[in-house]
Amino acid sequence: MSSAVINNPLLRSKTGIWLKKNLFSSWLNTFITLVSIYFIWQVGSFFLSWAIFDADFLVNFRGEVILDRTYCSKNIEPGLHGACWAIIDARFYQFMYGFYPAEEVWRVNLTFLLLPLALIGIFFDKLPYRKFFIYFTFIFPFIAYYLLYGGPTLSQVGTNKWGGLLVTLFLGVTGIGLAFPLSILLALGRRSQMPIISSMCVIFIEFIRGVPLITLLFTANVMLPLFLPDGISPDNLLRALVAVTLFQSAYMAEAIRGGLQAIPRGQVEAARSMGLTYWQSTRKIILPQALRISIPPIVNTSIGLFKDTSLVLIIGLFDLLGIGRAALADMSWIKLYYEVYVFVSLVFFIFCFAMSRYSLYLEKKLKTDNSQ
Amino acid sequence: MTSNPLRKLIFDEKIRSVWIQALVIGLFAFLVYTVSQTTAYNLEKRGIGTGFEFLHMSAGYDISFSLIDFTSKDTHLKAYFVGVLNTLLVSISGIFLATILGFLVGVIRLSSNWLFRNIAYVYVEFTRNVPVLLQIILWYSILIHLPKVKQAVQFLEFFYLTNRGLYSPSPIFLQGFGFVLWSFIFALVFTFFLKRYLKKKQETTGKQYPIFYINSAIIIFTPILMFYIMGMPIEFSHPVIKGFNFQGGMVLRPEFMGMLLGLSIYTAAFISETVRSGIMAVSKGQREASQALGLKNNFIMRLIIIPQALRVIIPPLTSQYLNLTKKLIIRNSNRLFRFSSWLWWYFFKSNW
Repeated sequence: MSSAVINNPLLRSKTGIWLKKNLFSSWLNTFITLVSIYFIWQVGSFFLSWAIFDADFLVNFRGEVILDRTYCSKNIEPGLHGACWAIIDARFYQFMYGFYPAEEVWRVNLTFLLLPLALIGIFFDKLPYRKFFIYFTFIFPFIAYYLLYGGPTLSQVGTNKWGGLLVTLFLGVTGIGLAFPLSILLALGRRSQMPIISSMCVIFIEFIRGVPLITLLFTANVMLPLFLPDGISPDNLLRALVAVTLFQSAYMAEAIRGGLQAIPRGQVEAARSMGLTYWQSTRKIILPQALRISIPPIVNTSIGLFKDTSLVLIIGLFDLLGIGRAALADMSWIKLYYEVYVFVSLVFFIFCFAMSRYSLYLEKKLKTDNSQ
Repeated sequence: MTSNPLRKLIFDEKIRSVWIQALVIGLFAFLVYTVSQTTAYNLEKRGIGTGFEFLHMSAGYDISFSLIDFTSKDTHLKAYFVGVLNTLLVSISGIFLATILGFLVGVIRLSSNWLFRNIAYVYVEFTRNVPVLLQIILWYSILIHLPKVKQAVQFLEFFYLTNRGLYSPSPIFLQGFGFVLWSFIFALVFTFFLKRYLKKKQETTGKQYPIFYINSAIIIFTPILMFYIMGMPIEFSHPVIKGFNFQGGMVLRPEFMGMLLGLSIYTAAFISETVRSGIMAVSKGQREASQALGLKNNFIMRLIIIPQALRVIIPPLTSQYLNLTKKLIIRNSNRLFRFSSWLWWYFFKSNW
């Protein structure tokens, strides 16, 4: 290496060394870097100009407020291609709450605000006053039911009025929450010494896992009213919730079984020799360890479920995607496909990405905890 | 030890498990009995019959894409069969595409180039975290908004991209093409035995043969030679615009392509993750040890890294394949390729 290169302050700086190592380590690498930059430039400039720089937000290029699709710049000037985000603004209420009555919407907002408070206690174990947060987690479902559905002093809002993010979050959170205790029972049952109980659990888990969620949704939608006696007819949302819960419980049970199998046999034997009964040893010794190991796979299946809730559109529920499709069917906003789909994708992405980051953080934490 | 039989009932594990299981069976049987009773009652009240006679009745709907002849007068059973065939077609081609793309992206994610690696990372995160149904609908709406037939985008001379699908030339096999196929199969079998023979020879004499190059040459050139010997027994039917549509050639419908693209791009993201973790699971010492033994780089990859990585990759890979096939049912199985049918049904039901 010539002295000019060695003495070049740019190449000796930290950035210079990093650049050389990661982008320009060889001729081939330099070529790949250049191709990548070109690719990013092409895709990025196309997408950014569509989504931001050339896009209409609330007013079009003439400065008029966009009232329907005919006001969009791209529908006035054939040369313009930017997105027309006004449709999201016009339908924002429905994207969030569906057809929830406007005067009662504070109830949904309050529930949305309380939801993080209910979840934070489960997610972070070093939280101060965590105990109280956990207590709140347990009473939250009743508060949420009272707020959303109504009861004494609050007027009743039928689930057919629910929609958008409300339905998506409702199905995701409630499905996962209800499936959790069920899946613990299934996982314990599957590992039980009693042949009949374990085989019943195996059949249930494998049957559900072998069937796509849509089949379950259809079956629940059509068959559930037939299974129940006269007078009891659960509404559409409840039917979907049953299907989602059963589906999720089978997958979660497998995740928890993995955790149970990872606990050394000595733990059970030690607990039993201390004179603990089956339930005592399970509750105090086995489950706390097993659940800790199985949280990352549980979070992963939960991400899958959260994405799959978009399938309820097929049985006629208006989740986030359903509301998007409905907005597109409206004649005054027709043909703004990409705006709606990109927006819905973004909302799903934010939730799922946050969950997957959380799962990574947990995995890292568990690793360091175990190596202590 | 107390001999009180009542205490034994509760505290003796064997006896306890017997009555617990008996209780569970009893409860389950009771549940099945009541549910089937109410179901039978409900069905009778609503006048819904049960049974499988409907399979032999005429279906009454068309399927726009079918590998075998199908009209709306055919039975439900046949419609179901068409659906199964279509599912197989999409799942096999989807698995094929997803595997190639997934392995490619998985390897790119391990690249030493920071920028290259992160492009793949962004792709994986964005496709993994968005529902597959949404992606399929997005692809579908991109495809049906391509130019009309009259302004078709032409590429590679004989391919046309329109809002009705991708039109491409279709091959017509003339007499004698069977021989080409047979020669290909023969070449495959021959190379298999040749490889075994050369391996054995290498083990006894220590002399290395370029097995890979010899075998690829045999597999590639035998059918080509046969193709020329038989006098090129293949013709192409090219799509030509006639009136409002193309005549001749074959077409991949937007329904098919949207499904295929959405599913395989989605699954490829998951496959790339399994590939990446599989390669990373091979410990660094393996590579260093083989370098110390003086193996060349491509031998290290082929003989040391990949065989060990595959052992980690294959089990989750098969479950990804199963997932892809299960997700296919997103289209109502026996009306496969009438993608929008349920969407339309859904819009007609809702009155806005």
